[in-house]
Amino acid sequence: MIDVRDVLYVAVGLFALFNGLMVVTLSLVWLERKFLGRLQGRVGPTRVGPFGLLQAVADAVKLLMKEDVSPGPAARVIFYAAPLLVFVPGFVVWLTIPFARDLAVRNLELGIFFFIAFSVLSIVGLVLAGWSSASKYAALGGFRSAAQLVSYEIPIIMTLLAVVVVAGTMNIAEVVEAQASAPYAALLPLAAAVFLLAGIAEVGRTPFDIYFAESEVVGGPFVEYSGAHWAVFFLAEYVNTFVIAALMALLFLGGWRWPFGADLPPAAGVALVLAKTYAVVLVIFWLRATYPRLRIDQLMSLGWKALIPLSFAAVLIAAAQQFYGWPVWSLTVLSVAILAVPAVLQVRLQRQPAMERARRYARRAIAERARGTGEAVR
Amino acid sequence: MEGTAAPMSAEPQTGVVDMMLNMGPQHPATHGVFRMVLSIDGERVVGVRPHIGYLHRGSEKLSEHESYGQVITLFDRLDYVSNLNNELVFARAAEELMGVEAPERAQYIRTILCELNRVASHLLFIGTYALDVGAMTPVMYTFRERERVQNLFEHVTGARMMHNYFRIGGVKEDVPGDFAERVRSVVRHLREGVEETDRLLTFNEVYLARTRGVGVISAADAVSCGLTGPCLRGSGVAYDVRKAYPYEVYDRLEFDVPVGEFGDCWDRYWVRLQECYESLRMTEQALEQMPDGLVMAPGRRIARPPKGEAYAHAENPRGDIGVFLVSDGTDKPYRVKVRPPSFCNLVGLERMMDGAYVADAVAILGSLDIVLGEVDR
Repeated sequence: MIDVRDVLYVAVGLFALFNGLMVVTLSLVWLERKFLGRLQGRVGPTRVGPFGLLQAVADAVKLLMKEDVSPGPAARVIFYAAPLLVFVPGFVVWLTIPFARDLAVRNLELGIFFFIAFSVLSIVGLVLAGWSSASKYAALGGFRSAAQLVSYEIPIIMTLLAVVVVAGTMNIAEVVEAQASAPYAALLPLAAAVFLLAGIAEVGRTPFDIYFAESEVVGGPFVEYSGAHWAVFFLAEYVNTFVIAALMALLFLGGWRWPFGADLPPAAGVALVLAKTYAVVLVIFWLRATYPRLRIDQLMSLGWKALIPLSFAAVLIAAAQQFYGWPVWSLTVLSVAILAVPAVLQVRLQRQPAMERARRYARRAIAERARGTGEAVR
Repeated sequence: MEGTAAPMSAEPQTGVVDMMLNMGPQHPATHGVFRMVLSIDGERVVGVRPHIGYLHRGSEKLSEHESYGQVITLFDRLDYVSNLNNELVFARAAEELMGVEAPERAQYIRTILCELNRVASHLLFIGTYALDVGAMTPVMYTFRERERVQNLFEHVTGARMMHNYFRIGGVKEDVPGDFAERVRSVVRHLREGVEETDRLLTFNEVYLARTRGVGVISAADAVSCGLTGPCLRGSGVAYDVRKAYPYEVYDRLEFDVPVGEFGDCWDRYWVRLQECYESLRMTEQALEQMPDGLVMAPGRRIARPPKGEAYAHAENPRGDIGVFLVSDGTDKPYRVKVRPPSFCNLVGLERMMDGAYVADAVAILGSLDIVLGEVDR
């Protein structure tokens, strides 16, 4: 039977969550601008509010007050529905993401499954946004997003599966509780690395910001959006980034359970989770300041030739350890052994003189072009 | 497909139709008002048609209605990121026509300012090129460094961009007293700044992946397309007007001509980067050697050259810029013809696009480093 109190609890929780997420998004926008500014020899926003804290608010107000234009030949219903299709899944997954042991709107038994199911949905929104905008740039961006997000969904799912196999549960809170002795980043470094990379690609941040690449497709699926609808896309991007960072903190970095153990007061636990999440977010921002953008074929080959095989390997390791009852540390050993292969290759590459390395890149690229590989990217 | 809403056609289609993608004139990566019509098959570029002329101001024709001294202001507006290099080439053409030579001090001043302008122009390229391939940090570094040059120029010439400082037979006025000191400080800072960007970008894995083997043009093709400047040297041809036909005081300066190996985007970038270091080297040498004396050749204020023709060319940051002057004996040129390096370098665009992706198209166009003010004139 449906209990009224239960419904009320969920309603209040959703309201709090929504507002909390807005605050988080605004904080992320501010943080990104300040952090990037510091990395780039600038100071970032300073004028609106103390330390420019209200800059993001001012921007949001501006966007909401702008005229909402849609192209004449656009498929209007889909055009206006697409932003919601992107934003709602990114928001809904927060239903089951806990900030502390009992601090989640609904602590679902199949929490991880719920996350996967909903995060895939946002691809549809991007493709529809691209298609309905009646713009070739948007269409190109939409196709790119479909290719990119579908490819990178697989490594995310597989690495989450590895976590599930080791933890023996899909309940996110219980996964966190299972990391009492060591965070899964230590047990499953392979899965953690693949998850972070694929996660960054999934939310389309540099160096994987290919589907809305400013200098190529001028914003991709978002190119025709303005005002509030564009703001919704913008919001979704930050919410999704925060989801990936939060999952990283909860599933791989020990959430509130590690390193201080179970007797941490809940408030401190929440602070710990947030600290870890923001740390991951800062790493993502840092990558943005450092790297250029990959090309779509390079993105696909990284996904299909590197991340997907590695993510399967992570699952196999986890499954074998569970099946044969190997000691826990064997997970780390096996993961590190697999990670060592690309690491050693990379170190050898880096130890060459820089010019020689640059030459190798040229020879390889020219040879690839002569063979005509990459044709599959259509 | 034109004009309809979605990129899908309701009519039944037999076979694959390439999509036309109109890149420019309003596109963040076309660096001005250049327009490329790309035929694309998925992500592959199968054809490219460049359209120019959006910034045509008739500079050459306008020049015929200005006196020789006034034409310099029009040359400022050709390649608007290396104004002084343009001023120099017109001044030299007019000097040749009139048979005057700038005093030694003026030549040194002009050389120093031109080399600093080259660094500023290359810094602008490096920053915006990094933006083209999706890196947002280098542009902040390079603009910060470029600002030092701009401030110096403002101090010396009174203007940040349209200087109108070089004159036929010299420069407008002598440099301020603290010139040498300020140039030394700028050079020192610039060297650090260029190195900082160099460390961040040049051998960045993703940057190498994006620019190596992209937009390859062989040395033979580069020569036959008429490429000059870093675009030509990127393909391994060591042609530099400053070495091949030394002008001003370049024969007294020691410098290398960096060349690339494969003729790809990265090589063109690398050549420009190295040229920054070389230019700074040259600036320091020229500053050491600079003598005292006049900065303007003595003579009449109003130039009225004899009937005749003259051609002068110089190494602009973008390549070999040439000016052909015809005089009919009046105080205004009868004809001014410019050989703009950006325009000539665009000839290589189609060949470089062979087998490119859409993302490469942006990288390739960026690596040519065109300035539309000069392409369209």
